[in-house]
Amino acid sequence: MYRYDEFDTTFVRQRVDQFRDQVNRRVSGELTEEQFRPLRLMNGLYLQLHAYMLRVAVPYGTLNAAQMRKLAFIADKYDKGYGHFTTRQNIQYNWPKLPDVPDILDHLADVEMHAIQTSGNCIRNVTADQWSGAAADEVEDPRPYAELMRQWSSLHPEFSFLPRKFKIAVTGAQADRAAIAYHDIGLRLKKNGSDEIGFEVLVGGGMGRTPMIAARIRDWLPKQELLAYLEAIMRVYNLHGRRDNKYKARIKILVHELGAEEFTSQVEEEYTRIDAPRVMPPAQELERIAAYFAPPAFDDLQDDSPKFMQHEEEDAAFAQWVERNVAAHKQRGYAIVNVSLKPVGGVPGDASSDQMRAVADLAEQLSLDEIRVTHEQNLVLPHVRKQDLYRLWQELKKHELADANIGLATDIIACPGLDYCALATARSIPISQDISNRLGDIARQREIGDLKIKISGCINACGHHHAGHIGILGLEKRGQEYYQITLGGSGDERASVGEIIGPGFSSETVTDAVETIVDTYVGLRQNGETFIEAYRRVGPDPFKEAVYAAH
Amino acid sequence: MPLIKNGQIADDTWQVLEDDAPLPEQGDVIVALERFLAEIDQIRTRSGRTGIAIENTVDPQEVTAHLDDLDLIALDFPAFTDGRAYSQARQLRTKQGYTGELRATGNVLADQAGFLLQVGFDAFEVAADQSLDVWNKAANSMALAYQRGYGGTQKTRDKLQAARPLANTSNCALAVEQSLPI
Ligand code: SF4
Repeated sequence: MYRYDEFDTTFVRQRVDQFRDQVNRRVSGELTEEQFRPLRLMNGLYLQLHAYMLRVAVPYGTLNAAQMRKLAFIADKYDKGYGHFTTRQNIQYNWPKLPDVPDILDHLADVEMHAIQTSGNCIRNVTADQWSGAAADEVEDPRPYAELMRQWSSLHPEFSFLPRKFKIAVTGAQADRAAIAYHDIGLRLKKNGSDEIGFEVLVGGGMGRTPMIAARIRDWLPKQELLAYLEAIMRVYNLHGRRDNKYKARIKILVHELGAEEFTSQVEEEYTRIDAPRVMPPAQELERIAAYFAPPAFDDLQDDSPKFMQHEEEDAAFAQWVERNVAAHKQRGYAIVNVSLKPVGGVPGDASSDQMRAVADLAEQLSLDEIRVTHEQNLVLPHVRKQDLYRLWQELKKHELADANIGLATDIIACPGLDYCALATARSIPISQDISNRLGDIARQREIGDLKIKISGCINACGHHHAGHIGILGLEKRGQEYYQITLGGSGDERASVGEIIGPGFSSETVTDAVETIVDTYVGLRQNGETFIEAYRRVGPDPFKEAVYAAH
Repeated sequence: MPLIKNGQIADDTWQVLEDDAPLPEQGDVIVALERFLAEIDQIRTRSGRTGIAIENTVDPQEVTAHLDDLDLIALDFPAFTDGRAYSQARQLRTKQGYTGELRATGNVLADQAGFLLQVGFDAFEVAADQSLDVWNKAANSMALAYQRGYGGTQKTRDKLQAARPLANTSNCALAVEQSLPI
């Protein structure tokens, strides 16, 4: 994992001091709320429905045990004993008091964390494949580049007042677990014809009211040119992105209005004008960062652990958990463990401080001190020896963290919605809980198989409903919440935008509709097709018929 | 509007010329880009200095050919959240190689000061009630910057690393000097 040097430490401390001064000026009345607003938004502090909300960056979703314990400490001391992990791999606290926020930031700085640019019209926390550095299907670990981008984007002098927020995601694998095609910039490490590794560059994806899949503007970019090329993209956007209408201000609209070809040629032209050697980090700087991400000290193990196989045979519940929550690791004898934050009927992504501390302890004991946050609002222990899986599972069970539902119907993404969010038009958490309770029987979930349900509380789509196999969007008409259903969305390497199936549903009937859709799929699937495969084969009609006939 | 340069309130010798006002022979005037391009021949015969104000939708390449005729370029911030002029400034200072005064006008706030200096602005028209102390404090609140190739007083990691051995040596030299008999 990356460790701060003196430079990083000083930078973050100075940023805290700067913000402390701004908060003091607000508390003393020297700054009005209107003047303070853009300043707090540069540092992840929102004013929500009931209180301030602080969003803390988890850079590319990577944490160690000490950091997780600090998050637990903050949850206890400054919040109500829990935190909420978000779809951007961050954590949010819903109840901090304004005068406490600088102290919280100081606590975070103690463990090399911050809240810089978790909000505002700037480059947000860079996200990455949560299995980076562990996944069996990876070309190269993308985290050194994510860290490079974290540093480069922090208080960028030219790109801190963009037309709109800006999100970058990176992966090093063919299977896309970072939803790169749904980001303003999506980067994928891949080999070219001569076996050299570089970046495929996608631009202009996004959710919101105009969902779009990103266009590829470079098939292969030499790795070391990354920052110079990003500068060209950002400059074209900063100068030409629309500022007259905030709903048209994201880069996806610029790409769409210019056309991908014209946009690409503007970027390439700008790129020729950039003095790249001046902007690019020297090779030794890339090496310095990459050294922190060298593989940890893995034991030399056999691939199969007899102990593990025996437990798998003897304990069916354990075997089910392994089947859903454990994934292949690149190191022999190790596995990646996904820790579900989706108990049946629970709030997606919420973790209590006790759970955080438990995960921290387990990471230290059994996962080489590493934890990841996923954009699907779960946690990952990335480096677990197979022989330790049974023990880990038993420990997780004690803390209600052993739900064997990764990728199943109750592994729902939901944004905070009307329970917290000032922009919401409808509740999303209670809908998620309702669906989770309805489909929660584990045998039934396993029978249904892979299914991604995603719920947003307004058109801003923080719950990624466009990318849900079943997407649910909460809206409001004449004081009544209602829910629109989309089908066929996907955020993976075959990214697609879900299509609306018809008129919306009330909060009382939306769960019935989801259940009907699921039952319809189970009735029509062939040869073990997953939901999305079946949908792609048959299209929306059978589902529409079933849902609207029944209601 | 008070003008800040080099961390001080500065005299503003420049006058913004209305489009229909006659072009004076002497004195420092700022004209709109269109007028500058249209009257370039007369402007070249003036004894006073000439600057232009360009809107943030203009491509700085339009003035590339005339940079030698210009002593000042004013870039506008219609709202402080409208960050286009940062990129215009960056383009003028880097690939165009402009070295004259680059002035920030419009909604220019202390909390932007550091960024403005980094992209190459060196003169700032601020609101009448802007305290110079607050401005300077904000301008210097970050001593470090991650981005290579930008200006400003902030040190990048390279600069800091390059500076460190030097600082050590000079400290040593100092120590040696002080240990000499006085
Ligand atoms: S989708 Fe809407 S309701 Fe949900 S978190 Fe985003 S802005 Fe808030």
